[in-house]
Amino acid sequence: MFWRLLNLDRKVIFLLVLAAAGIPLFFPLNIGIKPSQPVKNIYNFIEKLSPGKNILISFDYGPSTRIECAPMAAAVMRQAFRRGLRVVGLTIWPEGAALASDLLKRVGKECGKEYGRDYLDLGYKPGNEMAILALSKGIQTICPRDAAGTPIEEFPILSGIRTLRDFDLILSFSGGFPGLTDWITIAQAQCHRPVAGGCTAVIASQLYPYINSGQLLGLMGGLKGAAEYETLIGQPEEACLAMDAQGVTHFLIAGLILLSNLVFFATRKKKKRSGGA
Amino acid sequence: METLSASQVIGLWIAGFLTLFIFSFLYRDNPFYKFAEHLYVGVSAGYMMSVDFWNVLKPNLLDRLATAFSSAVSGRIFTKECLYLIPAVLGILMLSRLFPKIGWISRWPLAFIVGVTAGINIVYSMQAQILKQIEATILPLWVKAPPHLVQLKIASLQLFSFTSAVDLSRTVFNWLVVIGVCCGLIYFFFSMEHRGFFGGASRVGIWALMIAFGAAFGYTVMARVSLLIGRILFFKNEWWEAVKMTLAALLRLFHSG
Repeated sequence: MFWRLLNLDRKVIFLLVLAAAGIPLFFPLNIGIKPSQPVKNIYNFIEKLSPGKNILISFDYGPSTRIECAPMAAAVMRQAFRRGLRVVGLTIWPEGAALASDLLKRVGKECGKEYGRDYLDLGYKPGNEMAILALSKGIQTICPRDAAGTPIEEFPILSGIRTLRDFDLILSFSGGFPGLTDWITIAQAQCHRPVAGGCTAVIASQLYPYINSGQLLGLMGGLKGAAEYETLIGQPEEACLAMDAQGVTHFLIAGLILLSNLVFFATRKKKKRSGGA
Repeated sequence: METLSASQVIGLWIAGFLTLFIFSFLYRDNPFYKFAEHLYVGVSAGYMMSVDFWNVLKPNLLDRLATAFSSAVSGRIFTKECLYLIPAVLGILMLSRLFPKIGWISRWPLAFIVGVTAGINIVYSMQAQILKQIEATILPLWVKAPPHLVQLKIASLQLFSFTSAVDLSRTVFNWLVVIGVCCGLIYFFFSMEHRGFFGGASRVGIWALMIAFGAAFGYTVMARVSLLIGRILFFKNEWWEAVKMTLAALLRLFHSG
């Protein structure tokens, strides 16, 4: 029985993973989520900002990374709108334009906020780090119009905002390159503005060193970071629901790794014995 | 969920089938998977091209060249918009790659792009990515703190306690960072044979790297599982809504017929 595991069809593992990820989504287990310090840092910073302050959110993700980044961005926007902060959104990913627009509209409507006064969508800005550099020199030069093509002078939200330096916090929700590292390189290092954000779990381990160096105010790593933030704002949504599935799947994968190692070492021992005999 | 329009329902059905086509690869490679894969690549390329045309090429180049042209027609030949002829020419030269005989010309605009990007990145990245990160590894190895009680407890059993004027956790963390960085760098130093002290440090460097790779792998697993969860949630919330609406429409059609 034990040795049969060696020849286990990998499709069985696929089905197990599908079950582990799927069942908790239909029957939630409500596994507790404890926010980590890097996530708390962002929450606490936004809580301390007085109403009317400006934050910039860059939605640097596409459809493939939406599941990880969108819940973080939505949670931060909900907190910002509750605090009466003004949110300016943009993206440096071409695929992010429609996603950013949808999310800004949805959360803005949900919180009863007015477009142009409480939040604004500047759309897609091409040029990767050059776009951020241009924003640091002047917003009008790179964003003469919003995503819908209306001249930005018509929006009261931008009165008093001329460059990146006029934002009290810059956040990037990043699915890869370009993303958070570019915002750190220009907005934090050159404009000396506090930069925070979230990223997909794949790149999270590369971004944690920026917290230790003080270049990054806080970080939400993957769906877990998003769930922690949803817990902090007291509004559990998609990410919190998904964490049950994450937890069960991680247990399964860890168990399978342990089991396969056990089988491997047991087989090696058996082979050694039979070889020596 | 809000009521969906007919186009949204059709879109959700297509998205559902395409997701299943992609997942069918887990069973084995098949024409459905190939179809979805090619469609994804084609649609992505088309979408990017369209977004780039309307967001980059048109407002940044074509509109400005049109302004320069209309100024030239009205008698003002040299306007600042004329400068945009330079990137226009460089862009056209890039297309010379399509013709093998003159393909070498594309190296000029490429050289310009590489030069500008490298020039900007060297300055900014040096500051943010290298100097700041080096600075973050120059840490005190003995972190002082106001005298406080340190206790080690397992459940209600107190193993030991003492008063300390050292921030123990910070001190241990700093030692780990300094040793990890130094040994990691030694591992990548190939001008000396990795033997003796150098070999030992290099081995510690490998351990530090392995721990980092392990963390990265763990996060990668989390990311991949998140993608799967994303698709299951799509089926549960959005696609199921489209299925219900389709069934309701079919029932209405059946009853009216």
